[in-house]
Amino acid sequence: MAKQSRRNFLKTAAAVGATATGMSVLSPKKAEAAPENILSVDRMGVLVDTTVCIGCRRCEWACKQAHDLPAGNIESYNDEATFDKKRRPDDTALTVVNKYPTENKPHVPTYLKVQCMHCDKPACVSACIVGAFSKKENGSVVWDGSKCIGCRYCMVACPFQIPAFEFEKALEPKIMKCDFCFERTKEGKLPACVDICPVETLTYGKRSDLIQLAEERLKLYPDRYKNKIFGETEVGGTSWLYLASNDFQKMDFPKLGAAPAPGVSESIQHGIFAYFIPPVAFYALLGGIMYITKNKDKSEEE
Amino acid sequence: MHEHMKPTPLPNKFFTPTVVLILMIAINGLIFLALRFFFGIGAVTNLDNQHPWGIWIGIDVAAGVALAAGGFTTAALGHIIHREHYHVITRPALLTALLGYTFVAISVGVDLGRYYDIWHPLIMWNGNSALFEVGICVMIYLTVLYIEFLPIVTERFIGKVNLPGALSKLNKSVDKLLRALDRGLDKTMFIFIIAGVVLSCLHQSSLGTLMVIAGPKMHPLWQTPVLPLLFLLSAIAVGFPMVIMESLIASKSFGLKPEMDVLSRLGRIVAPLLGIYLAFKIGDMFIRETFVYLTDFTLESVMFSIEIIIGVVIPLRMFLSEEVRNSRSLILTASFLVIFGVFLNRLNNFLIAYTPPYAQNGYFPSIGEISVTLGFIAIEILLYRLIVKNFPVIAVPVKQTSPKTKYSIRGI
Ligand code: SF4
Ligand code: SF4
Ligand code: SF4
Repeated sequence: MAKQSRRNFLKTAAAVGATATGMSVLSPKKAEAAPENILSVDRMGVLVDTTVCIGCRRCEWACKQAHDLPAGNIESYNDEATFDKKRRPDDTALTVVNKYPTENKPHVPTYLKVQCMHCDKPACVSACIVGAFSKKENGSVVWDGSKCIGCRYCMVACPFQIPAFEFEKALEPKIMKCDFCFERTKEGKLPACVDICPVETLTYGKRSDLIQLAEERLKLYPDRYKNKIFGETEVGGTSWLYLASNDFQKMDFPKLGAAPAPGVSESIQHGIFAYFIPPVAFYALLGGIMYITKNKDKSEEE
Repeated sequence: MHEHMKPTPLPNKFFTPTVVLILMIAINGLIFLALRFFFGIGAVTNLDNQHPWGIWIGIDVAAGVALAAGGFTTAALGHIIHREHYHVITRPALLTALLGYTFVAISVGVDLGRYYDIWHPLIMWNGNSALFEVGICVMIYLTVLYIEFLPIVTERFIGKVNLPGALSKLNKSVDKLLRALDRGLDKTMFIFIIAGVVLSCLHQSSLGTLMVIAGPKMHPLWQTPVLPLLFLLSAIAVGFPMVIMESLIASKSFGLKPEMDVLSRLGRIVAPLLGIYLAFKIGDMFIRETFVYLTDFTLESVMFSIEIIIGVVIPLRMFLSEEVRNSRSLILTASFLVIFGVFLNRLNNFLIAYTPPYAQNGYFPSIGEISVTLGFIAIEILLYRLIVKNFPVIAVPVKQTSPKTKYSIRGI
């Protein structure tokens, strides 16, 4: 390389710089367009009023039915022993109901249905290496199996630890989580769990309406509820909202601030890659240093 | 310089008792690897929905990338800042980086649920994802490393092309082709060298960004917005100790005289680099006031303390001493400590600090996971040995002082 002429060096270096800058003009737009992240004002949601839930677990059964998962006999869902252990949604059940003691009414338990929260600023969407997750216009966060490579970064990212992976499958393992019954709602049907709930624990509607409804309930029955709508602000807001008479952290909800989960990492990411200028500048700087030190060497030799 | 150092294929025997042992570890790893592909990740690992990532990511990938940093740090020193006397170590460092990154890529493939879709990120982009950036950078960097290694291959074969049988007619043209390739590479190599350094800085830091999105799921001792900077600084700091260790072990294993003067010179740079890293690490701890967690005696606080004291502070002090830098065994110990510190840091960040909210049990790697990890390391060592035996990588003294050929510079 020492023999290479100065002009040649500069020419090639300039060419590289130009290509990189050219790339920078084209790429970021394309890169950012990948995950659809449409936050429609009309996006839907579900309000879960845990003070109403009777723990019948019909929603678990209906959810499995709607997603072609082995659901078993509906009678088997009456087994009280299921509540002995706290369960989490996984690849065999996209939603589960857990039982907690109620703070001010010890004899009435609180039942809590758990599933994906369908965040407004979803960590899974931001994290996924290939943009397999997307937030749809109706509020659902859905997974696209034709893109996923099974890296499980979405599981690392989700603040609610929701996405589950089919660890036992050697081929085509899937990421499994509640999809807000995207296929059903497309046809105008209710989400399966909402549809089957016998006591109207679950209310499906426009998220903004649901927040209004929840606020009304809080005002009407201040003794019945803790004054909090979980999901209204958590990690930037979620499509699924909860009311309860218990403290939410006591029911294993993570303690989360209002900042969207992907906020910090995205701004770091975009800071380092602001239109590829920092990397290109760094390249130029190193090229400059290399050029200077090489010439210094040469003049010493002469 | 009376004794001219020139990279040469080494004549030693391939098999020694140690090599046989390493070979057995490698085979054991391959057996478990086969099980993973036949029966799925769940059958071989202890991973579950709470612990999506285990040692295959924490050690093979995260620590693997960090410990392969010797490649870009020596390239920067030897070729960009242009310190001639370090050229004897650039080739071995390049080879380790090459093998290191190759196995990082293979490990990623093993860990991916749909390994056959590993190419998806090439056409399916998500610019918001730190993992996407790591993936793309590593892919390009790996290519760059192979290009940087090409001159070593052409040098090995130029003038020695000897194809068997009927193919021998082609000897001449292959030789011509190699020479043309060699000349082309010679002219353009600097592009790849600089690109390699830029790409390394990018993905070394983005590897730190990876865990930022886990937010409160990560212990506050490690979770910080400056993680990318800490990852980059520690990668830069571990590069030279890694080269020192390799060089000393390789020279011992092949019965060569260790390059002590180059290595102790290199050792002089380590202390300031470690110092900068330590300053940021401690500074971050004080700004976020996370030192309060150090007083509760938990796995996290203990691991953090070990990482800082044994992995950074002690070797920092050692590298400051001239006596340590000039002693073969002491500088090896100090280098080991730095490597251990960065290794532990990656392990801590990806596994120990990661405390999922609903975990019913902790994560400890299974026999299968450990076997595969050890197996890959074993294969890397075997390949290193095989390559330095057959290609001009390690410099040995040659008697007659030939005028400096262009190879001494061109060979990265
Ligand atoms: S709860 Fe988790 S999986 Fe569901 S949208 Fe939010 S980040 Fe994604
Ligand atoms: S496992 Fe699939 S969906 Fe999850 S981050 Fe990886 S590629 Fe995306
Ligand atoms: S919305 Fe659909 S997928 Fe989600 S929990 Fe209800 S039934 Fe299951």
